[in-house]
Amino acid sequence: MANVSQKVVHQYLRHNKKFPNVWCAGCSIGIVLGSIIRGIAELDIPKDDIMMVSGIGCSSRMPVYVDFNSLHTLHGRPIAFATGIKAFKPHMKVIVITGDGDATAIGGNHFIHAARRNIDLTVVVINNHIYGMTGGQYSPTTPSGDFASTCPYGNIDSPFNICNLAIGAGATYVARSTAFHALEVQNLFKEAILHHGYSVLEVISACPVIYGRLNKKGSASRMMEHMRDNSISVKAVEKLPPEQTENKIIRGVIKHDTNLPEYTARYAQLVENLREKRDGGRNEDV
Amino acid sequence: MGEKKIIPKGKQKTTTSKKTLTKPVKPKDPQKRWVLMQGNEAVAKAAIEVGLNFFAGYPITPSTEIAEILSEELPLRGGSYIQMEDEIASICAIIGASLAGAKALTATSGPGFSLMQEGIGFAKITETPCVVVNVQRAGPSTGLPTKPSQGDMMQSRWGSHGDSPAIVLYPDSVRETYELTIRAFNLSEKYRTCVVLLLDEVLGHMREAICLPDMSKFRIVNRLKPTVPPEWYKHYDEDQKYLSPLASYGEGYRFHVTGLAHDVYGFPTNKPIEVATMMKRLKKKITQNIRDIVQIESFMMEDAKAAVFAVGIIARAAKSAVLAARKEGFKVGLLRPLTIWPFPDDAVRKMLKNVDTVIVPEMNQGQLVHEVERLTKEKEDSDIKKIQKANGELITPNEIYKKIKKVL
Repeated sequence: MANVSQKVVHQYLRHNKKFPNVWCAGCSIGIVLGSIIRGIAELDIPKDDIMMVSGIGCSSRMPVYVDFNSLHTLHGRPIAFATGIKAFKPHMKVIVITGDGDATAIGGNHFIHAARRNIDLTVVVINNHIYGMTGGQYSPTTPSGDFASTCPYGNIDSPFNICNLAIGAGATYVARSTAFHALEVQNLFKEAILHHGYSVLEVISACPVIYGRLNKKGSASRMMEHMRDNSISVKAVEKLPPEQTENKIIRGVIKHDTNLPEYTARYAQLVENLREKRDGGRNEDV
Repeated sequence: MGEKKIIPKGKQKTTTSKKTLTKPVKPKDPQKRWVLMQGNEAVAKAAIEVGLNFFAGYPITPSTEIAEILSEELPLRGGSYIQMEDEIASICAIIGASLAGAKALTATSGPGFSLMQEGIGFAKITETPCVVVNVQRAGPSTGLPTKPSQGDMMQSRWGSHGDSPAIVLYPDSVRETYELTIRAFNLSEKYRTCVVLLLDEVLGHMREAICLPDMSKFRIVNRLKPTVPPEWYKHYDEDQKYLSPLASYGEGYRFHVTGLAHDVYGFPTNKPIEVATMMKRLKKKITQNIRDIVQIESFMMEDAKAAVFAVGIIARAAKSAVLAARKEGFKVGLLRPLTIWPFPDDAVRKMLKNVDTVIVPEMNQGQLVHEVERLTKEKEDSDIKKIQKANGELITPNEIYKKIKKVL
């Protein structure tokens, strides 16, 4: 983090136009935004090549603040829009900013099918375990037994494990971190955006104003401490007995497979093969 | 555009077509490209002629041939074809691609069209050009997937929530499907909106011998590109005709697009004055340009005492009925809109002024007839006769002929 100064971060923001932002005091989303920008600054990717697409929700308000190509779409659909952009302009670095509800409830179908295609999108799922923007309803990642405005007697649903879902659907880069570990988020994001394929970065984040209040999690800083104390790196997991890793947030790169070909590269290859076939005169009908 | 039937600038006039559509003429000029073509094929082929380079879709009867043909043709031309996981994803993908600079198309039928409505609204509020083909089946719900119906007249106008403009085109033949596909792209690029092309199921699947139009006579409209430097660019700039340039992602403009109400730069706003400006632009770009958008065919209407008002395949049945009735001396004509939305109010008013009775046959339980009735309120003695059928069968020329005889 130290490598990228505040001043540099400001160069990536629509600073004079769109601030202050919509996020509540203590919200983690701003930290994630900071990590993303620092990652991009370190990689020195031209702003014109970056496409930031989001859906609907607290985290999905992010694209309006950044000085990239930005698209704020429909609830659950950012991956579908991003697929269209990436397929048409494969040279663009397409980042999808989405939340737990946006990505795994209403947008679950797009989330898994883009993973199946292995299209080169960098999907950052900011998981705060609740629908914050609509006032605190339970989401597919709200832990069983937790409270939300639509489960006043405790949640009886089982939550999704977003990373396992992504792996099951065929994502080729899957990583997780928390908003407390901002530098780790920055480094994982860099790896994710450089990965040529579908990458999912889940960032566990704190919503102290709604989720925290309904579940007596304490202040924003208390929730940050909770993320620090209850997470464990993926490397450490292997060395520890299972009872010590139970119910912990597992951080780090969970899957990184560079062997599977990427969708737009495959499509380009298909077009190239057809062109060669035609130019070679082997198929005169074409 | 090279069509005769276009309403010229100025007054909304109608021209008369004497051409009958019953028998294709034998090819005489070898230069002319005669082909046997299906309606769905005409959509795909015309879209390629007009420069289509992105298609996203999901299989659904009776529109699937469009996707099948494009999955073969687009990769050969370096364009993108992608089969999405559902119709919602399809409309979203074409909007994304269009914002990145593509000419984009999707094709579907009733159930898929319902799923696309939210995305269509997004294309309209963000003023993103794209074309949606809806090869109508009989509904509601799964309905009759392989039978014709004209049940989506109102959905194509009002299907998406909130107030939004709509341009909806409706051909009656394979040749016209080809032409209106070109026109749908032109209008969507010019007015920066989602244009819907409605086809009847029978038209989508029917094969006709058609002479392909000479493409050099068609003007292909491409979106205006901004000429200002990026810092001056307004994503929703407006001139007097409400036509504004559209930048593409990845070309240095770095604009913001949102489905929220927005200001002229594209940033979200809830200031009433800025929202009002946006809503006014959405409406005015259609209403101020209605003479450029609306096309109508007027057939044997000069001395008519009664008129048939019909669209699509039913207008062809009506044309046969009108010809048969004319042979027996009945003074009857046909008014056929090629653009059903915006509704051709002026042409229908003119028709109502001249005739005593209007027969409105449609393959539904009464949709476009309400629009005609809305205008008859201005003239009290008009008589509207309805022929409605929603059982998956076509309305035959004979049924319309009998009605004509009854009223005259």
